[in-house]
Amino acid sequence: MFTNIKTANYVSTITLSLILGAVPLKSSAATGYGGPYNFGNPASAAEIASIDIDVMPDGRGLPPGSGDYKTGKKVYAANCMACHGADLGGVAGTGAAALIGGRDSLASGKPKKTVESYWPYASTVFDFVKRAMPFWAPGSLSDDEVYAVVAYVLGEANILDKGTTLNATSLPKIDMPNKDGFISDPRPDVFLYE
Amino acid sequence: MDSDILEKEYDEKTRSLIQGMVEAEEHAIAIRKKQAAPEEECECRDGMFPNGKTPPKASRRQFLASAASGAAALAVGSAASAAVPAGSIDYPVQDDPTKVQGRLTNDDGGYGSRSQFETEARWRFPTATKESSWTMTPLDSGSGIVTPSALHFERHHGGIPNIHPDKHELVVHGMVDGARKYTMEDLKRFPSVSRFHFIECSGNGLTEWRKPTLKTVQGTHGLTSTTEWTGVPLSTILREVGVQDGAAWILAEGSDAAVMTRSVPLDKAWDDAMLVYAQNGEAIRPEQGYPLRLLLPGFEGNTHIKWLRRLEISDKPFMTREETSKYTDLLDGGKARQFSFTMEAKSVITFPSGEMKLPGAGFYEISGLAWTGKGRIKRVEVSVDGGDSWQLAELQTPVLPICHTRFRFPWRWDGKPTVIQSRCQDETGYVQPTIKDLVGVRGLDGGKYGSIYHLNAIQSWAVDADGGVSNVHKY
Repeated sequence: MFTNIKTANYVSTITLSLILGAVPLKSSAATGYGGPYNFGNPASAAEIASIDIDVMPDGRGLPPGSGDYKTGKKVYAANCMACHGADLGGVAGTGAAALIGGRDSLASGKPKKTVESYWPYASTVFDFVKRAMPFWAPGSLSDDEVYAVVAYVLGEANILDKGTTLNATSLPKIDMPNKDGFISDPRPDVFLYE
Repeated sequence: MDSDILEKEYDEKTRSLIQGMVEAEEHAIAIRKKQAAPEEECECRDGMFPNGKTPPKASRRQFLASAASGAAALAVGSAASAAVPAGSIDYPVQDDPTKVQGRLTNDDGGYGSRSQFETEARWRFPTATKESSWTMTPLDSGSGIVTPSALHFERHHGGIPNIHPDKHELVVHGMVDGARKYTMEDLKRFPSVSRFHFIECSGNGLTEWRKPTLKTVQGTHGLTSTTEWTGVPLSTILREVGVQDGAAWILAEGSDAAVMTRSVPLDKAWDDAMLVYAQNGEAIRPEQGYPLRLLLPGFEGNTHIKWLRRLEISDKPFMTREETSKYTDLLDGGKARQFSFTMEAKSVITFPSGEMKLPGAGFYEISGLAWTGKGRIKRVEVSVDGGDSWQLAELQTPVLPICHTRFRFPWRWDGKPTVIQSRCQDETGYVQPTIKDLVGVRGLDGGKYGSIYHLNAIQSWAVDADGGVSNVHKY
């Protein structure tokens, strides 16, 4: 239990105690659970696969397919450039964020948060582009196109070699510059207790 | 004013964000003043009740026109006239309602509307798109603790989907003994619970870190709302599907255009999470996730996934965009806090508050809201002398956990300029801090930017000699 939840930056004594405390509840009537009720129906593997689009940092969830910088440049020009700009800096008035730049700026006093400078995992870029981009046609890119455009953005960010082909094996191996930039929430951080 | 804070600068994006909110609020104030303007001077004085307790001019004109044409009975069920506020119908006003019959029973189509003389409304932050945007609850006009469903604040990332409930399913899968899917009918068969809880966006107050920026409490605090939510405890569903050993996180996913996702610690899911389908006694509003929403009492609003279609149980967090690049708190030194879920204790005086005007010295009942993501509010103190002294406010009972709590404090204003404030303490003993306290431990988002999340500091309202109330910083 301890090793399994020690997976992220969110590890607190509250989490541990509540998870441990919750285990007995599974088999008790402490909260009035009167089941099993067996409402609903089994979800088939195919039904799950049709909506299970998330991708995790270790690569779980990455679909088959591949793409590279060269293809990605075309995908970007056709689907992303209008809002994110030819320089990947974001076009004013579109609401689109800058994607690159700002490396090593986070502690400078003038931080610039971008995919390049702030995002800790390449998996998040793939996951987000696949689920929610492009804004005006979300979910419209093929898996190959998503791999390609991720390769293009990370290539422009000088994170990924422009000759690399991204796929389910290579994408999780990418080290993002800010992968160690996050800490757990220590609050309460102001102590005015009586 | 603390000079250290003033010396820090917001980044360009945040500056433009704040400027946009200032303009949106100015626009809303202008509309409200126009609506509220009485035809003749009244003793209430312009601004004391800025939402207007006197008939809007437009409605009176409308009535006169209607009466002249003999069209006393208006078409029922038609879209709201532009002449009256959203959510109301332009009914004729009788000169003496004791001398003529009123309008027909149930002739409103069977679903009521508010009085055409009530004007409070949400206003929208002018983001680049109307799909990814948010609106603020008018706390200044609120009473009690419940937020009307139509006034609950909103935050959307891909517009408001219109979902047919018969076609909506929730799939629960991952580290479970048996993955299952549930229709809304299925979910409503489970034993249900109803609980009053607030939801607050962690960006509530984002404009206020560096200096007082917005004018009204709707602008400074309007991203919190309280609702009676009804639904199924998530723990019930977890028992039904059988959570496997080693599971520690749940991914919740919405079926909007953002396909919004957040990772939630499994302990929260076992503890008090709910799958809600009802809001204040009726189906939840489309803006709040119809037909199904995840409710995580006390957690930041973004985690309460709307239009919920999928729950995946896992051993690790999924590191979605919203929990990495957004909703993380960059600190001095360049590290950022992640998974800062809890909304800490906070309070604000809603009457009198910014842009109101007191007609003169005398008695006023100060009133406001206090809330905490960690349980019940234990006490609220009010200062009417800029923090030199504090006195206990009365709490409206029942005081519910993780819920807005209404406080009241009788005040006789001597007519001299002063600053009024409230501060609360929750049942853990935690006391609401000042902005200076918070900036002291967190810095401002990397040093010189304005951090925008998790501002729960004491709010100060200055009362001028002429009775005008305005937003100030007072530490």
